Amino acid sequence: MQMPEPDARVLSRKAQIVARLRGVLPADAVIEDAMETRAYECDALTAYRCPPLCAVLPSSTEEVAAVLTICHEEGVPVVPRGSGTSLAGGALPTADSVILGVARMNAVLETDYANRIIRVQTGRTNLSVTGAVEEGDFFYAPDPSSQLACAIAGNIAMNSGGAHCLKYGVTTNNLLGVTMVLMDGTVVELGGAHLDAGGLDLLGVICGSEGQLGVVTEATLRILRKPEGARPVLMGFAANEVAGECVSDIIKAGVLPVAIEFMDRPCIEATEAFAKAGYPMCEALLIVEVEGSEAEIAEQLGLILQIARRHNPVELREARDADEAARIWLGRKSAFGAMGQINDYMCLDGTIPVSALPQVLRRIGEMSKEFGLDVGNVFHAGDGNMHPLILFDANKPGDLELCERFGAEILKLCVEVGGCLTGEHGVGIEKRDLMTVQYTPEDLEVQMAVKDVFDPQWLLNPAKVFPLAASETRRAVAAE
Amino acid sequence: MRPETETELAEAIKTAQGPLHVRGGGTRAIGRTTGALLETGGLSGIVLYEPGALTLVARAGTPLAEIEAALEAEGQRLPFEPMDHRALLGTSGAPTVGGMAAANVSGPRRVQAGACRDYMLGVRFVDGAGRILRNGGRVMKNVTGYDLVKLMAGSWGTLGVLTEVAFKVLPKPEAVATVLLEGLEIGGAVTAMSAALGSPYDLTGAAHLPDGPEGTPRTLLRIEGFSDSVGYRAERLCAQFAARGPRVETDPERNAALWRDLRDVAPFHERAGDVWRISCKPSDAPALAARLGAEALLFDWGGGLIWALVPEGGDARARLGAFAGHATLVRGAAAVPVFQPEPAPVAALSAGLRARFDPRGILNPGLMA
Ligand SMILES: Cc1cc2nc3c(=O)[nH]c(=O)nc-3n(C[C@H](O)[C@H](O)[C@H](O)COP(=O)(O)OP(=O)(O)OC[C@H]3O[C@@H](n4cnc5c(N)ncnc54)[C@H](O)[C@@H]3O)c2cc1C
Repeated sequence: MQMPEPDARVLSRKAQIVARLRGVLPADAVIEDAMETRAYECDALTAYRCPPLCAVLPSSTEEVAAVLTICHEEGVPVVPRGSGTSLAGGALPTADSVILGVARMNAVLETDYANRIIRVQTGRTNLSVTGAVEEGDFFYAPDPSSQLACAIAGNIAMNSGGAHCLKYGVTTNNLLGVTMVLMDGTVVELGGAHLDAGGLDLLGVICGSEGQLGVVTEATLRILRKPEGARPVLMGFAANEVAGECVSDIIKAGVLPVAIEFMDRPCIEATEAFAKAGYPMCEALLIVEVEGSEAEIAEQLGLILQIARRHNPVELREARDADEAARIWLGRKSAFGAMGQINDYMCLDGTIPVSALPQVLRRIGEMSKEFGLDVGNVFHAGDGNMHPLILFDANKPGDLELCERFGAEILKLCVEVGGCLTGEHGVGIEKRDLMTVQYTPEDLEVQMAVKDVFDPQWLLNPAKVFPLAASETRRAVAAE
Repeated sequence: MRPETETELAEAIKTAQGPLHVRGGGTRAIGRTTGALLETGGLSGIVLYEPGALTLVARAGTPLAEIEAALEAEGQRLPFEPMDHRALLGTSGAPTVGGMAAANVSGPRRVQAGACRDYMLGVRFVDGAGRILRNGGRVMKNVTGYDLVKLMAGSWGTLGVLTEVAFKVLPKPEAVATVLLEGLEIGGAVTAMSAALGSPYDLTGAAHLPDGPEGTPRTLLRIEGFSDSVGYRAERLCAQFAARGPRVETDPERNAALWRDLRDVAPFHERAGDVWRISCKPSDAPALAARLGAEALLFDWGGGLIWALVPEGGDARARLGAFAGHATLVRGAAAVPVFQPEPAPVAALSAGLRARFDPRGILNPGLMA
């Protein structure tokens, strides 16, 4: 994966730049030592690494503004960072960039149950937002699998989703307001405890902009009252197609489960070997979870099981208690880890129309043979967000590249059947060069024009999202 | 001008000599603009509808009624419950998909399900330079590039003319019930609605009419879902508000009428005066409403949305003073900005976006600014 050449003039002025940053931040908030900056050389896309010029860890919106003002004046690129769990290389630095980490900004600023909101600094982790409102029996709905580690900052930048977003939506549907600092140090407030924008929906554009439009320092999030209960059911099928049809029938029947998760045979086998959740050995497995009171759960599950039976399941397993429920989720939750036990893997994230599921799974199986790399599929089936995990051996020369080529073919297939390159992980550097598969040059041009408005010098996370060739002239202006 | 294809539309915009007034059905005539009429009605028809994937794609000029009929046939609906502005604004014509999307029109269910923008999966549009552009797609999860779908929702045709919109739709629930509480003061009503919305019973509507039937204030709490579940939750809500002598409306037709009236602000129909729509933090609503000197009020979204009927020509914003939220002059002749003026840095960003999407400033000029 190509990254732009670092700006030699920035590299040569490192000492002055660091000195100026030290002037506005506490001593321990500026990290320039080569050993220590290593901690910021990559995110969860670990195949790509580069230590930054330095890293800063501000504690307030004011400090963020002071840092950005300096970097703006000095013409230094800035890469915002939450917890560094991006799978797309969104937080990958370049040698001439300052990593701006918001990890120290993790305070809860306000919890308001009457208005059903919480306001936090964005360095706070996703799970600890729910943690902060649990005593009131509330929760924050978007639940990426990385929720123990990932920060609200990264969630907003990537518009992250989770297993339960079939019912509750993704980050953008649960984000009510932000405090954001523009690259020139201007502080902007968008939205708040009220609903919808009074003018253009800038908040909607910020969410999912991958740290390229501003540094988000505070967020107002919608919180919801916890349902009375939740329960999953597990079903096994003899073919992917049948499981796909069952998903479609459940949705059509008017039940709205909170989650419909899908695992295929390679993934079931790996998971069983690893987590021993007691899954049936079959071609495809669905986990469907519903919520409500006891009676409501029973009613919905009754309907779902009735639909499932029409598709001749090889297994139907209801959870009779919390323990059995946990066992049903156990395999799904350890799927990534299980695949990781077998080999290195690359996790893709294309989304397809639910109706194209069987066709796409079949093609992926064929391609797996063509490329000679194994693939397991585990994903959010209700909304068609696939997660093919391609296994490869990082120590084998050429295997990573082969895997990337295979991955690109799968993503192209997703676009071909009417879907998209990424459903929740973001473009970052990983899918940057595939953007032309989904968008025309003009479609990309108008997106880049949005960045021109927020960050005319293209200093914020400049080498991401857009193919380098497409953004080249704009980035060149920054370097002048 | 009434182009029949996207290409014709692009040509019309490219060759336009002056401002264009973009119009779908013309039923949501909010704000002021000038220019040659550019109608989208020629771009009509459902492009794709997959009930099993909860996806519907339609051309911008498609009458909303056509969409609703197609969804109804499959037992589905647009979950955000778009309001019909005709009676309130005294307009006629048929609301279109594009007009609804461009105005980000939602209704009472917005408080639970989300707004129109939350159900928009993708758009095609022609910008002010005549470029045919696309963003988003037709799948339910998509973070590929910037989300210009949200930007187009609620941009009132000032950034581009929508030609096609893809929506996520949802199944219609089996049953509906409304718990009615009578006689609450505005403050008490907002507190009650907050408590109900903060319960586990998943309300899909919470509204308050200070002048209910026979002049008695009325608070309405709606629940939807499978019959047994609705029955159970209605019972629990009644228990929660036992002191208020709750009553439950379960008749589907009467429920539909109740919420249609709220959605369309029926109490203000055929009454003179300016109509303001105020989005605020629910708990601020009682104090804000008190400052308005309104002739009539309606509270939706648990208090988060205030509809106010005020004497003609007044400036409700001046009365409200600084507050967290925004006020729109939906109907009226007051010489004030129709949309909430933005703080300088936000206004600069909005103006910058307009300049990029519509460099000649010809699309509904002045409408939002
Ligand atoms: C095991 C595992 C499971 C995962 N599961 C899911 C899942 O289920 N669903 C899902 O959606 N994702 C998932 N992810 C991906 C990842 O966790 C999310 O993208 C997450 O939101 C990233 O958050 P972060 O705080 O770690 O951000 P980082 O990785 O630090 O940064 C991500 C992006 O956000 C930008 N950014 C960071 N802070 C700011 C800020 N303050 N202002 C502006 N931009 C900023 C960065 O520049 C970067 O582009 C998973 C990752 C892992 C490793």
